Order: sequence, then structure tokens, then C-alpha cells
Amino acid sequence: MAHAVEPAHHTEVEHTTTGLNHRKLMMWVFLGSDCMFFGTLIATYMVYRGQSLNGPYPIDIINVPITTISTFVLLCSSFSMVQALAATNANDQRGIRLWLLATAFLGAIFIGFQVVEFNQFKNEGLTLGTNLFGASFFTLTGFHGAHVTLGIIWLLAMYILALKGRVGPSTSLDIELLGLYWHFVDIVWIVIFTLLYLIAGFDAGPSPAGG
Amino acid sequence: MATLTGVLARPTSHTGVWSWITTVDHKRIGILYGFTSFFMLLVAGAEAGVMRAQLATAESDLVSPYVFNQMFTMHATAMVFNVIMPLSASFFNLIVPLAIGARDVAFPRLNALSYWLFLFGTLLLHAGFLQNQAPDAGWFSYASLTEKPYSANAGMDFWSLGLLVLGTSSVAAALNFVVTIINMRAPGMSLMRMPVFIWMTLITSILLILAFPVITVGLIELTMDRNFGTHFFMPQGGGDPLLWQHLFWVFGHPEVYILILPPMGVVSEILPTFSKKPLFGYPFIIWSGITIGVMSWAVWSHHMFTVGLGPVANSVFTITTMLIAVPTGVKIFNWIGTMWGGAIEFKTPMLFSIGFIALFIIGGLSGISHAVAPADNQQQDTYYIVAHIHYVLFGGSIFGIFAGIYYWGPKFTGRILGEGLGKLHFWLLFIGMNLTFFPMHYVGLNGMPRRTFTYTDESGFQLLNSLSSLGYIVLFIAFVIFIINFLRSSKKEPDAGHDPWDAPGIEWSISSPPPEYNFAEIPQVEGRDHYWIVKEKAREAGQESPAEAHVDIRTIHMPSPSYWPIIIAFGVTWIAGGLLTHYALSFVGGAIAFIGVIGWGNEPATAESEH
Repeated sequence: MAHAVEPAHHTEVEHTTTGLNHRKLMMWVFLGSDCMFFGTLIATYMVYRGQSLNGPYPIDIINVPITTISTFVLLCSSFSMVQALAATNANDQRGIRLWLLATAFLGAIFIGFQVVEFNQFKNEGLTLGTNLFGASFFTLTGFHGAHVTLGIIWLLAMYILALKGRVGPSTSLDIELLGLYWHFVDIVWIVIFTLLYLIAGFDAGPSPAGG
Repeated sequence: MATLTGVLARPTSHTGVWSWITTVDHKRIGILYGFTSFFMLLVAGAEAGVMRAQLATAESDLVSPYVFNQMFTMHATAMVFNVIMPLSASFFNLIVPLAIGARDVAFPRLNALSYWLFLFGTLLLHAGFLQNQAPDAGWFSYASLTEKPYSANAGMDFWSLGLLVLGTSSVAAALNFVVTIINMRAPGMSLMRMPVFIWMTLITSILLILAFPVITVGLIELTMDRNFGTHFFMPQGGGDPLLWQHLFWVFGHPEVYILILPPMGVVSEILPTFSKKPLFGYPFIIWSGITIGVMSWAVWSHHMFTVGLGPVANSVFTITTMLIAVPTGVKIFNWIGTMWGGAIEFKTPMLFSIGFIALFIIGGLSGISHAVAPADNQQQDTYYIVAHIHYVLFGGSIFGIFAGIYYWGPKFTGRILGEGLGKLHFWLLFIGMNLTFFPMHYVGLNGMPRRTFTYTDESGFQLLNSLSSLGYIVLFIAFVIFIINFLRSSKKEPDAGHDPWDAPGIEWSISSPPPEYNFAEIPQVEGRDHYWIVKEKAREAGQESPAEAHVDIRTIHMPSPSYWPIIIAFGVTWIAGGLLTHYALSFVGGAIAFIGVIGWGNEPATAESEH
């Protein structure tokens, strides 16, 4: 994603066949690739749903209310991301800095919740090696967390550029691409939250139909 | 950070080793891809030589079963990931910008990053040989054989981590080519005017982008099983080894088309050129390619007919597999239709293209025979399958690639490869290929299992196996002749001119080798066979050759070379290498990559001094 951090030194508009910017087009195609990545991780989780040979099972440890709060925080960060782009287009320097930092902060709170949750699960006896639930749960949510963390680093990099006054309408594509990535990661979380918490979060024991 | 990354002054040299290490020119990157993967072809070919020597006689003990396992695993893995895919990538790099009338790819530095990741991933994959711990579980590495209790040494870790790095490289390159093809076509080049090779590159790139994440997840889960105590594919912990097979083949079948679609595109360019008539049924070939791309996602379980998915799944995948043969057949008929009634010139590229069609038909037909689930029960894991894949990947992909080397080579070297040696190369390769692989149909149907290091005297497989080994010697001579031909032609004076074949593609309108900026003036594309149209118009106007554009080349700004791609690739490879040695090295690798990303981000694509 490095090129997205690149400030636009070329002010002339690049000519493209479709009229879409190269980087924007690539971002969309990349997100398609990432869809397959998360799709496969989610498929692994769903295939192994109810297949764990021993506990703890989801109902023993999944805490839906707490994760609802962190989900809400992450969704709010999408709002602040939209505000950051709007501020960039309006060349509102104070707004750019405020909303970029707010988005990074909300993302960091989400990661904080995840760290606490992982620790709690570990203390209650669920690790990668405990059972299939642990393996597929930690792998899927862990890779999502890594995506959020990468997004936070990216946000902070843009924030540093904003402090130097290098973010504005002429570089709004940089913020737009960051926004595309950030919203994508949020949307993936909505799917994960729905499947792993709201639907499969109350699974107890191996399913009789399994095997 | 700015000071840290500012230490490295912008590379400026245009010659010497550093200019190659820092290059972002698509032609140079294509040449790097080409030489690296041709070298790997020789390595993987030598591994095949060990196997053929071992199998030449019954009950031979030339090599141990362990070495034999390493040989067939690394031969296949390297041929797929280090030879055929990057040779195609070499053509993508060399041809795509030229054939669509662009000055470079959309992201030149990302292109360089793809190459360095490919090189380092290849080295990581083969590093196991240094410790006599090369991967040895077959190229599709079925669980649970690949798990720690059954493959205790580091071989499978080299395999999975090497492939993860190679996958990153392929996806990065594919993203680049999708954007380049969609967004950088010269004015007038609508989608349905694009050369077939460009279409096949586009479809292949989309398949890569969507298929690689699936194997990435499989490889991550395998790595975690082996190193972090999970049981994704281990029945002991409730895991299902079949999940690996599904993940591998959901990727693996699109991968098969990733290997064959680019060579199909190559021959679709060559057949019209040497038949002196336009491609027959262009839209049918394009839509067949798209159909193959879509349907390649719906046939993966035909690799798994014998694992017991049940009659419904087996029937469905039998039907879809037979259906995917239809668009492939459409292409073959269109190629024959192209030659039909044409003024055919049997130059070497044309011979390889016709060889491609003939051998691919044989491979396709044996493929249809595995599509029938009951018949496949007899063929599964026998040499019949080995015969099939070599007819489609050697007879198909490698012949298509050689056709491309003879056809497009002169564009980049300025020298035509010798016709006499070229024809000798073709015939030896054609005869050697059939001598090696045709007998495998028979030993396979008679029950000789693949991936087995020897066979008994009583089995009756001796004669046919000796023939196969003899064929290997013929193939070996064919490769030697190709190398001699290449070296000899590189010593002679440039003789190709800009258009040695009277070809229809835009790339033939510029000098050989092309200037760094490719096109002084971006062409206005007038039709599907643009350069034929231009030449025809010039002839009608009584001109000797089409008018040259007069543009001040100092106004053309090309992207500047950069150190950062190789630095990031080095860091990323150490993230993977650290998992094999010491985790601290992963963090060092991560730090190197991070610095590289910041340096990359702070560096404008074109250096200020060149403005």
C-alpha cells in the first residue's frame, strides 16, 4: 500500500483509458483479492463449526455484549473516516488532522478490545491448539485485527503528513484509498461479527450432525 | 525517517549491475524474469533427469526413495511456480505495454517488487536443499502427510513459506497487469480490438488475483499446524485433511488455466502472422477464454473423485469438467480455421504453435477421459495422469512459450534465432516429448503408480520406462541445441529489423530492441490488426514504409530507477525466513520492509532532476 502514502508530486492529470485513476482501480481489484482471503478464512471457520472435539465451546466464552461495543466503535470509525475525506476535499487542515487521528484512535480502541478478549479466552483455556474452534477463531479474527492494525499505521502515516501540511485537495486520492481500505475492513468485521458472534456464538458442544 | 531514507541517493546509472538491480523498466524486468525462470527450467529439468535415470531400469537403487521424493516434489513445484508462471510473467512484462501502445506498466516500481519477491521466494523454496531438507510431499502436499509428525524436518516449512512469498509476487504482478490492460490502452484500442495475448493476460491475472488468496489461507493454516499447535488438517485434533485438498484445488484448478491461457494467447498471435490472414473467430476465442476463466472455479473436485465425496458431487464435477472442454475445443477449431486456406510459412515459431495444438489436443483428450469419475478411479495416481499433465503443460505451455521466444525474441535482442537450429530444436523437442510421455499412458493404465521410486522386474514396466528415459536424453539434446542457438544468435550482428515477420501487432512498428520509452508518439489504433492496416495504407499510398513520428524525446518522462523494491522484497522474504530460523529475524525483516515502504512512499516515481 506504500504508493498510497506517496504525495502527489505530479499535478497534471494522468490520462487513463477508463478515466479511473490507476491507483483507485488497483485498490478495488486488490479488495476483490482480499475478499477471497477473508472468504476462505470464514469458510474454514464455518466448515469446522461444531466440529471441536473438546471445549471450551463458543457459548462458554464468547461475550456478545462486550464485542457489540467494540463493533460499534469500529463502525463509528467509518464515520470519522468519511469526515476525514470531506475535510481533505474542503482543505480544512484542522479537520483533516482531527478526523484522521480520531479514526486511528477508534481503530486502536477496537484493537484494545481484541487484545483483552484474546487474553480472556486464553485464561479460560482457549488457545490455537485447544480445538478447531480456537484455531479457526483466532486465525480469522487475528488476521482481521492485523488488517485493522495496518490501517492504523497507514492513518498515522497520513496524520504525520497532515502535520506537515502535505494533505489537501490535490492529494485527496491518498485519503480516498485509505478510506476504501478502512471501510472494507469494517465491512469484513460486520460479516465476522454476524457469523462468529451473533449466529455461531451460542454453539455448545460438537453438533450431532457433524463428522 | 525522512533523513534515514534520504541516505540512499537516487540511482542514476543506466548501465551495469546496479542499473539492473534498480530498474523499473518493464522490458528489463521481463528479461530478468525470463533468464531466472529459464535457469529454473534447467534446474527442474535436471531433477527430472534424476527421476528418469532412477526409473530407467527395474528395481534400481541409484537414488534413495527419500531423494526421489524430493526430486518429484521440487520438479513439479518449480516447474509450476518457478518456470511456467514466471515465463508467462516474462511475456506479460515484455509484451503487454508494447502491444497496447503504452510506455510502461501502471506501477513500474511494483513491477520490480514482483520480480524481486519472485527471485527471493524461489531461493527460499529451494533453500531446503542446502540442509538436505528439501520438500518431499508431492507438489500438492496432501495433508496429513505434510504435518509435523509425518514430515518432521523443515522441508514443508520451506515449501509453504516459499510459496507464500511467491504468491505475494504473483498477486502484485497480476494487480499491475489488470490495471495496465484496463487503463493504459492506446486511443482506439477498444476491448474487442485487443490482441488475444493481452486478453489471455487479463483473464490470467484476474484468476491469479482471486485464486491465490485461497492457497494463501491453506498455506497459512498448514504453517500454523506445523509451528503453532493448531489442528486444521490433523484428524487427531478433529481437523479434516480433505479441507486441504479442497483449498488446494479451489486454487489449483484456476492455476491450471493460469498456466495454459498465456501460451494459448501466444499461439493466437503467431498463427495469424504466419498464415497471413486474421485470426478466425476472434470474438469466439475471447469469449471462450472468459468462459474457461469463469468455469475453472467449478471443476476443482475432479482432482478428488477417489476421496469419497459421493455420487452427487462426482456427477456434478464430471459434468462441469466435460463442459469446460467445450470452450477449449472452440479455440482449437478457431486456430485450425485460422490456418485453413492461409499462405502458411513454416518458420520456427509457427512449427512450435502447430506442435502446441497437436500435443494439446492429445493432452485434452486424456483430460476428458479423467473427467469420467468411474474411469478416473482406475487412472488416479498412475502414470496416466503424469502423461496427461505433461501433454498439456510440456506439449502445451512449454511449446507455446518456445513459440513466443522464437517469435518475440528478435524484438528484444534485435536478432532472429537461427532457423536451421530452431527447426532441429523443434523436431527433437517434439520427438523427445512424445517418446518420454506417450509410453506413460500405457504404464499408467497398466497400473504403475506415480511418485514411487521403483518398480519390480515382474511388473513388465521395464521396456516402456526405458523408452521414457531415452526420450529424456532427446529432450536434453533439444535444450542444448536451443541454448547453442541462443548464444550463436546473440553474437551475430542485429538482423531482425523492426518487423521481421510482417506481423499485425503494434509492437512491430517500433525498433528492435525498443527504446526505453517504447513509443515516441502513442499510436492511434485503427483496428484489430493495427499494424497490418497501417502497412496496407502505406502501400496504397505508394510509400516504402509507414511514416515515422517526429517527437522530441526529451519531453518524455520515464519512471526513474529505485532501490526500494529490492529492499522491500528482501525484508518480506526475511519475515518468512525468520519463521524457519529465529522469530527475531522476522522482526528484523519486518523493520527492513517497513523502512522500504516509507522510502518508497517518500520517493516520487520520477526523480526531480529528470524533470
